[in-house]
Amino acid sequence: MKRALTALWLLFLASIPLWLTDLYALHVLILTGIFIIAAMSLNLLLGYTGQLSLGHVAFFGIGAYVSSLVSLGFEVHLLPNWVVSLEPKPVWLAMLCGVALAGLSGWVIGRVSFKVRGAYFVIVTVSFAEVVRLVALNWVELTQGPMALNNIPALRLAIPGVAELAFLRKSANYWLTLIVAVLCYVLIRRLVHSRAGRAMVALRENEPLATSVGIDVTHYLVLATVVSAAMAGAAGVLYAHYVRIVDPDVFLFIYTVTMVIMVISGGKGTQAGPIVGGLIFGLLPDVLRAAAIKPEIQWVIYGVLMILIVYFLPEGIVPAVRRWWQGRARTAATP
Amino acid sequence: MDQLLQHALNALILGGTYALLGIGLTLIFGIMRVVNFTHGELYSFGAYMMFFCVMITDVNFFLALVLAVLLGIVLGAVLEFTLLRRLKGADIDTTMLVMIGAWIALQNLEQFTWSGVAKSIDTPFPSSPLVLGPVSVSWNRLFVFAVALALIAGSYALINLTKLGKAMRATFQDRETALLMGVDINFIHTTTFALGSGLAAAAGALLGPVFVVYPTMGDLASLKAFAVVILGGLGSIPGATVGGFILAFMEELGAAYVSSGFRDGMGFMLIIAILLIRPTGLFAQKERVG
Repeated sequence: MKRALTALWLLFLASIPLWLTDLYALHVLILTGIFIIAAMSLNLLLGYTGQLSLGHVAFFGIGAYVSSLVSLGFEVHLLPNWVVSLEPKPVWLAMLCGVALAGLSGWVIGRVSFKVRGAYFVIVTVSFAEVVRLVALNWVELTQGPMALNNIPALRLAIPGVAELAFLRKSANYWLTLIVAVLCYVLIRRLVHSRAGRAMVALRENEPLATSVGIDVTHYLVLATVVSAAMAGAAGVLYAHYVRIVDPDVFLFIYTVTMVIMVISGGKGTQAGPIVGGLIFGLLPDVLRAAAIKPEIQWVIYGVLMILIVYFLPEGIVPAVRRWWQGRARTAATP
Repeated sequence: MDQLLQHALNALILGGTYALLGIGLTLIFGIMRVVNFTHGELYSFGAYMMFFCVMITDVNFFLALVLAVLLGIVLGAVLEFTLLRRLKGADIDTTMLVMIGAWIALQNLEQFTWSGVAKSIDTPFPSSPLVLGPVSVSWNRLFVFAVALALIAGSYALINLTKLGKAMRATFQDRETALLMGVDINFIHTTTFALGSGLAAAAGALLGPVFVVYPTMGDLASLKAFAVVILGGLGSIPGATVGGFILAFMEELGAAYVSSGFRDGMGFMLIIAILLIRPTGLFAQKERVG
């Protein structure tokens, strides 16, 4: 029964481009999907290990930049006689590089910043994102700085002589995003239901106790960071090859905040949470724009909503709805 | 050599305002355990109030400065009263999220009210700089430095010499015991937040006329204040003071001799380096991991 329901859901999601004729709506859905992937990756850290990373956008941006640069090729002069250059590579390879490098930077950041916790961890991650943004802004030879990387090729998959598929149309990009999102969802599900996932939850609930029963805290935190960073990188990669222009603004702190709002409002530590939150906050800007509300006021509404959610729905929407549903079922069962 | 002297002087003057920002933030963290993401907003609020008073309502420059700081204190008290009071005892992540929400709302209200265009503020100081041998400094910056030093000295006196300061220090050391000794914790929290906010507003009101005023000016200020505070150790006021000057020197010298593009990045590299080498900061007594 539950399986059938999941399959129905997936079929419905996959069928959207077939009947949705409004291309702009599809575009909004693709961007929302990309942000949902990023929010799911943040949820792995925030929801399951309890570490608030406010530098998550760095991984997103690293994925986007690496993938774009590998697919475009580059040439940089590091020292007077040392030139590093790269010929343009196929897009699928560039995408894998983007994901891998985002994961690798997650490993480095995890090793460095899990020396500290709480407020310090938050500030370290913020600083990391800001340093990466400044590098993207100032290393003009590599990243074009504020001029942005243009003409990033779209994904092209080909079986030589048989068929070629270019991801230029919105529907193709939608399906690609959906596939990656489902993959990430399944991966997180497997991870949190594994031994590693139980270790993460244990150290979220009580770190000294977890350590005392022999859980290597740093090991699992770094593991979670690597997986989470690679997924955020995947979201960035999708973004780069869909929008096909990347500038240093992808590192703006406000995107991290958007991801955090999505996770918190949906319900951190639940699998459905980032999806519900992502749908609400991914589509809300367009709803508000349709209501002719200025973007500043839209952000004010975001900020106020965030405060209200923390006050009144501290666990998020999904756990609250679930409890309400169970309560209703119980009263129905005992008339 | 002359160039180095000039940079050192610039750094010294900038360091005063960084120290102001850092002291405000470290006070709020030390006493309330709140990572105050609205700190930068109070900074830009101070600058905008300065702009409003001087450029729109034609108030005297020095009176405007006092008004801006007072309004910052009021706004800080209001924020604490409406947002933080009911969250007492909540974990640090929860308050952090509320403060991020408040920060976004405040910043965008600012942008809505004043538009995104950068604004400049006239000063009553002579435009020709004060020349001291090989180096020169504008009168405005000198004034900024003097006021910043006075405010730093004032904060020290308030915390170390008055009864209120004693209550604040007691709350910092042990909240429960302070409560048992009859310290009104609610009052201390509101005062602390108002004081820290006032210091941030003062920094903004002082630097607004030196640079220009724009809605997102607080973001960098926030992040720099974090750098200063991490450098000195969260909760340490002498640490924040010294940290402010260290950061200013690093930025100034880094911009002069390494790359001006990374001027604002110095602070973050400093944070990362400090946490790698000495995670407790330079002055903190307490263990920070845990």
